[in-house]
Amino acid sequence: MSQPSAPFNDGLSLSRRKFMAGTVSAAAAAPLLASRAEAATPVTAEPKLRQPVVTSLRINKQAYELSLDTRTSLLDALRDHIGLTGTKKGCDHGQCGACTVLVEGKRLLSCLSFAVMNDGKDIMTVEGLASSDGRLHPMQQAFIDHDAFQCGYCTPGQIMSAIGCVNEGHAESENDIREYMSGNICRCAAYPNIVAAILQAREETKGA
Amino acid sequence: MRPFVYEQPADISAAVAIASRFATNDDQPTRANAQFIAGGTNLADYMKLGVAEPNRLLDLNRLKESGLRQIRVTDDGIRFGALVRMGEAADHREVEERYPVIADSLRLAASGQIRNMASLAGNILQRTRCEYFRETSWACNKRMPGSGCAAMLGFNRQHAVLGASEACIATYHGDFAQALIALDAVVHAEGSRGARRIPFAKLHRRPGDTPHIETDLAADEIITAIEVPALPWGRRSLYLKIRDRESYAFALASAAVALDLDGETVREARIALGGVATVPWRASTAEQSLQGKKLDETSAEAAADAAFAEAQPRQRNAFKVELGKRTLVRALLETRDMKV
Repeated sequence: MSQPSAPFNDGLSLSRRKFMAGTVSAAAAAPLLASRAEAATPVTAEPKLRQPVVTSLRINKQAYELSLDTRTSLLDALRDHIGLTGTKKGCDHGQCGACTVLVEGKRLLSCLSFAVMNDGKDIMTVEGLASSDGRLHPMQQAFIDHDAFQCGYCTPGQIMSAIGCVNEGHAESENDIREYMSGNICRCAAYPNIVAAILQAREETKGA
Repeated sequence: MRPFVYEQPADISAAVAIASRFATNDDQPTRANAQFIAGGTNLADYMKLGVAEPNRLLDLNRLKESGLRQIRVTDDGIRFGALVRMGEAADHREVEERYPVIADSLRLAASGQIRNMASLAGNILQRTRCEYFRETSWACNKRMPGSGCAAMLGFNRQHAVLGASEACIATYHGDFAQALIALDAVVHAEGSRGARRIPFAKLHRRPGDTPHIETDLAADEIITAIEVPALPWGRRSLYLKIRDRESYAFALASAAVALDLDGETVREARIALGGVATVPWRASTAEQSLQGKKLDETSAEAAADAAFAEAQPRQRNAFKVELGKRTLVRALLETRDMKV
């Protein structure tokens, strides 16, 4: 497979976001074809500046193959090339945590990771948390139960970071949670509710 | 961001060979065409800002040498592979038991996500976050030699009071490095001129007239490991970090302390200071002032005075002298009172 099979057309009306993502995806098709032609040349060829690099990512248990400018961050690959806009771009410099995703089960910042460096990796974004029947991940449900957001922009990053934090074993106390979640900034200051949500979802997340 | 070629060398010698091929004689690693990347938390940020402009990135994460990813504890000490992530080392039980100062320094640095990404070798090589270095429209002798220093008369609240020069007052922000310099760590590096061991205290260079020369490394040298010698009394050690907010911020002042005590008398003290100097900073005169003395508030204050005797404050960072002293006094007394 070559073209990302992101679910752009789900039979509903074409929102602006879907239209934009679809456009980007279609535009990405041309360099993809070019790079596949180049892939037929001997592998010993020197890589060249501006030559797209074919990158395989497994995102939310689905395989994607992308042809990317090496400068593309994992965040931009997710949002602009695949259309998974749940992962947010806040500062784009590793200061806010809005772009947090799980790579091989560990939370990291997709804005500071070049997509090509993640070739072959297993990535989980907020879109991959709910089960196929629509049941939310315990951490998502806990954020709703505790009203752990106001504007919601930091929330996908908070939820992914919270799952990583629990799995690292650093959510054993409120102080622990506050310390180990400090890389996720919430400008609405929903912190007490975020801590409460993590405490609620902690045990279920460990088993998830 | 400048376009770059991306390569994944298979082993250390391949990585060195590529870097060597694209390096010119006097290339600084930070200015070379081909640069190494591991976690990327510092380099990717600076590439986005146009501060770092490599046209070739050599990804070290797929190097086949397994020692690069291991923490080995032996009777001689602890050996950290260069690609071990900050979070792994911070959570390592024997590191925490033998050298609390190391575990503290890592745990109190950055954020959970960044600690999962950043390699130990990359961490010690992190570059300053001086605002005038980060923003390319300002004059900065470190980023553009000879252009001047906008921080000197600028908003220099975060800047260094120790080890600065007329050319540069940018702070070295790392925390782990303070633990390493206090513990006499050694860095192993491999380059086209062979393998060598660099005492940690010799790795970073003070700015002097050449602030753009940040380390002793050549452009084609890769740090492969960091070795911390055995120190039986290393259990009595800690890292105290004072900052504007409780977590996820750089130190305004910090202290790495390890003490060998005979009762309350100091046999040997190790002290390093963060957040206040241009390079990882061993406070040798403070260490000497404590030797053979009873450690109490008076001797701790005398040591702190000695540590900051040469401080050169600027308009907005003068508070760091007093804050740095109080940080060290508290760190010394807390280390003395540790139950080990």
